[in-house]
Amino acid sequence: MDKLLTISGSPHIHADESVKKIMYSVIYALIPAMLVSLYFFGLDALRVIAVSVIACVVVEYLIQKYLIKGDLTINDGSAIVTGVLLAFNVPSNLPTWIIIVGAVVAIGIAKMAFGGLGKNPFNPALVGRVFLLISFPVQMTSWPVPKPLFAKALTDAVTGPTPLGALKDELKKGDTVQQIMDHGIKFIENGKEVVYHIPSYMDSFFGDMGGSLGEMSAIALLIGAAYMLFKKVITWEIPTAYIGSVVIFTGILWLIDPSHYINPVYHLLFGGLILGAFFMATDMVSSPMTRMGMIVFGLGCGIITVVIRLWGGYPEGVSFAILIMNAFVPLINQSFKPVRFGKVEKKK
Amino acid sequence: MKTFKLGGVHPPENKFSSGAAIEKLPLPKRAFIPVTQHLGAPAALVVNRGDEVKTGQLIAKSSGFISANIHSPVTGKVFKVDNVMDVSGYKRKALIIDVAEDDWEEGIDTSDDIVREITLTKEQIIERMAEMGIVGLGGATFPTHVKMMVPKGKTAEYLIINGVECEPYLTSDHRLMLEKGEEILIGATILMKALGVEKAMVGIENNKPDAIEHLSKLAKEFKGITVHALKVKYPQGGEKQLIKALTGREVPSGKLPIETGCVVDNVGTAYAVYEAVQKNKPLIERVVTVTGHAAKQPSNFLARVGTPIAQLIEHAGGMPEDLGKVIGGGPMMGKALMNTEVPVVKGTSGILLMQKEESKRVAVKNCIRCSRCVGVCPMGLEPFLLAQLVEHQLWERTENEKVMDCIECGSCQYTCPSGRPLLDYIRLGKFKVGQIIRSRGKK
Amino acid sequence: MNDVIIYAVVSLSAIGIAAAIILYFVAQKFKVVEDPRIDEVEDILPSANCGGCGYAGCRAFAENLVKQGTLEGFYCPVGGAEVMSEIADLLGLEVEVKEPQVAVIRCNGSRTNAPKKINYDGPATCAFAHNLYSGESGCPYGCLGLGDCVAACEFGAMYMDEKTGLPVVIEEKCVACGACVRACPRGIIELRNKGKKSRRIFVSCINEEKGGPAKKNCSVACIGCGKCEKVCEFDAITIKNNLAYIDYEKCKLCRKCVEVCPTNAIHEINFPPRKPRPAKVAEKPKEPVSTETKS
Repeated sequence: MDKLLTISGSPHIHADESVKKIMYSVIYALIPAMLVSLYFFGLDALRVIAVSVIACVVVEYLIQKYLIKGDLTINDGSAIVTGVLLAFNVPSNLPTWIIIVGAVVAIGIAKMAFGGLGKNPFNPALVGRVFLLISFPVQMTSWPVPKPLFAKALTDAVTGPTPLGALKDELKKGDTVQQIMDHGIKFIENGKEVVYHIPSYMDSFFGDMGGSLGEMSAIALLIGAAYMLFKKVITWEIPTAYIGSVVIFTGILWLIDPSHYINPVYHLLFGGLILGAFFMATDMVSSPMTRMGMIVFGLGCGIITVVIRLWGGYPEGVSFAILIMNAFVPLINQSFKPVRFGKVEKKK
Repeated sequence: MKTFKLGGVHPPENKFSSGAAIEKLPLPKRAFIPVTQHLGAPAALVVNRGDEVKTGQLIAKSSGFISANIHSPVTGKVFKVDNVMDVSGYKRKALIIDVAEDDWEEGIDTSDDIVREITLTKEQIIERMAEMGIVGLGGATFPTHVKMMVPKGKTAEYLIINGVECEPYLTSDHRLMLEKGEEILIGATILMKALGVEKAMVGIENNKPDAIEHLSKLAKEFKGITVHALKVKYPQGGEKQLIKALTGREVPSGKLPIETGCVVDNVGTAYAVYEAVQKNKPLIERVVTVTGHAAKQPSNFLARVGTPIAQLIEHAGGMPEDLGKVIGGGPMMGKALMNTEVPVVKGTSGILLMQKEESKRVAVKNCIRCSRCVGVCPMGLEPFLLAQLVEHQLWERTENEKVMDCIECGSCQYTCPSGRPLLDYIRLGKFKVGQIIRSRGKK
Repeated sequence: MNDVIIYAVVSLSAIGIAAAIILYFVAQKFKVVEDPRIDEVEDILPSANCGGCGYAGCRAFAENLVKQGTLEGFYCPVGGAEVMSEIADLLGLEVEVKEPQVAVIRCNGSRTNAPKKINYDGPATCAFAHNLYSGESGCPYGCLGLGDCVAACEFGAMYMDEKTGLPVVIEEKCVACGACVRACPRGIIELRNKGKKSRRIFVSCINEEKGGPAKKNCSVACIGCGKCEKVCEFDAITIKNNLAYIDYEKCKLCRKCVEVCPTNAIHEINFPPRKPRPAKVAEKPKEPVSTETKS
């Protein structure tokens, strides 16, 4: 062993922290939602998650080994996080090859092309998801109706709409919210007429509704979020500002005209808002660095989400909102500096 | 419980030596006394090779407004004047004395009797401090008599005695408070008189309940001195953070603490002031903690200035086999030393011995922009950004991002999950920007 | 149908005309009157933007040169005499002849000559390490080996020698811009005249410590013994602060000093090998001095 002493600048101790620990904390936080998805979608969910994670890790490995020829960082778990989040953002019946395409886009284009972990301006999982949503709109928006493992299916339908999508379509036809809630939505599947009911608060809280794998159960996601907050992997600013602004914005509209704008609680529970606000908008790499910046970022996400949901072309706006705000992060970092100690007021 | 608001971290305290009473260290065979032991101009030697010196005799005279006298810590013959490796990592001018015995200069009271009555006037006290070479013993070694001279137009309101010792491992101030509590409070009273203030606050972190209790009890007999328990948070021992914690005032960026009407002195300094003023004793010895995972027997020593630290390590159970790093000071702000021949100086508060394994830094990875460094910075800076700007040598922007406000506490680098050398770069930036500012001043 | 085409053509033309008018006024308002010779001078310059001339790039050099109106104090180290005479012709000025120079590394504290005493663990930048401590070998003047000079070189004319841990200048590529000289926190690198046939003699050490401490850290340190000063017939060598310095303007390349140096601190470069002299065999330095000739 080397007998020489070491010299370096202070500090000489380091907190018990590493990128790996942070990434694995996120993975642990995603487990409850993962279990819920397994419960509702069974093996299909397992397939999507496994394919997505493996594809993400393999793509990162191949790129680092053969294209960049740099240090391998697949051990740090960031590719796994991207994989799980990508899987959470797609329907459970998505063909395997489409998932792999999504993984290649997420890791290859959104992450590694910018220089790997820490350099990507956009959240890789969301880039992958949005790419798939635009390229394969049919596959990406046919949502299988959840079939709990040990319970009978509530309807005969195989696929159904997501609540927000259904509501948006019906509202366009001129119905009021109350009518839709009372009578459900009729549509034809395999020659049979099927009635789709907007899920109750309780159902949506526990995740019994149509949608992407991970976005369904609010309770499972909140458990994970609480774990991340406890572990200090995320801070409260972005989720609070994001969810708060969505609730306030939609709440105001709802109070003005409850027959054409739905209850803010539905906005909160549907459409992956909780998944987005806690797990994707808070992505360290692509979110702002200062407290004020984070709040502004959250507010921006919230407003864009509502605008897309109510007046845009898509029923759900979370992915787009976060990606759009990601683009503003450098600007936000420039404009919102932390409160400096002993700030001298300029007298001029 | 009081504390400062912005940022801060809480590293493991590891105060192994808090139970070890202060031991008097035997004299070294040969003492190495650097002429630069304080902030400011090096002292000018007044003795030559071959001269006989007595303990407490003046050997180097203050050579500027910000400078301090240095006295011989031992009795013996000046062997030579040479360059000696010191905490700066460079060899610098030092006096080497062959130690014969311990014969004190006349007029110095070496007894343990406590002298409570303060007979000197304000001016005499400040003069005595300058004469006895008192400097801040918390680490910055700023000459204390200069601090006492409140600039015109400013008034001092509070004296703050810093007993925080927020650095992990170190216990020298803790032990001093327990064993020399009364002397410290007399020292504080003297400092109050020198400053002309009525109120003094002693700040102690509440991981030292015994010291808080002890000093609170003693403080009842001293007019105007109050003892405050503070929540444990690093870097509370920083001057600006301590003022904020105790008074809620913020030192404006680029200004001195006196702007808030506060003057901060370490408990060690208060003790040294007591000895200088009441006992006529120059600053030639101090309490040094020897500790760390590699230290066989963590201890607190009363060591003479000029003692090679190898001797301290020897007395703390011997030189460890697994020694990886020797640090002068605490683990957060201390300086790694080149070897164990470096002598104890006025600013040496501790010697931290680290094992091979723990002395290696963690591997550096990409910044993942987690913003933890921003969150923990007690000065409200953006360490990640400063480090980036320095790496790209953008000095102007580095200056605009307030790099000079950095107090080099190391919280950012401590907490960085990617193990980035943030403070190293920021320190480099401070150095470069400092140069630029100085050259601008000349023009 | 025709209507649509007419509307399109008319509206597009209207937009075009409006834009043209706006552009015209903007261009008028923000017009900068500039000496056309600046552009011409800039065209002649090698546009390496290395800053070797002391200005922030070639454009700044050209601007200042044209403004001053003389060539005094202006020299493009990259283009050399050729470019300067071209500029002089263009502006009708006199050119001062300057000898071509090359960067020289004045430290030979390689891993074997100056063994490691401590491990450095921190960012690979000399500027930081210089502020932290005196160096892995303990020599407070020696090369820190972290390559700030190599990073500063815009011409790929330097690299770190893995074996010695010292930087090496590739003479053919070096344009003597001085970026490395400014980058080195210890001032080890110096620009010296290339000399006849690129032959140079220099003291490869800048240690100002006394002989004893200097040799303790590095076996090839200049100890300031003064032997070279005595042997030099041309008054080219001076000893100051325990360190010998050879003035390249006065040196006649006789190589006598190289032979007498007890620590082999004086290096000769690009000289033909000496005829073997039976009396002195160990006159060559321990390390091959060819650290600089990379051809």
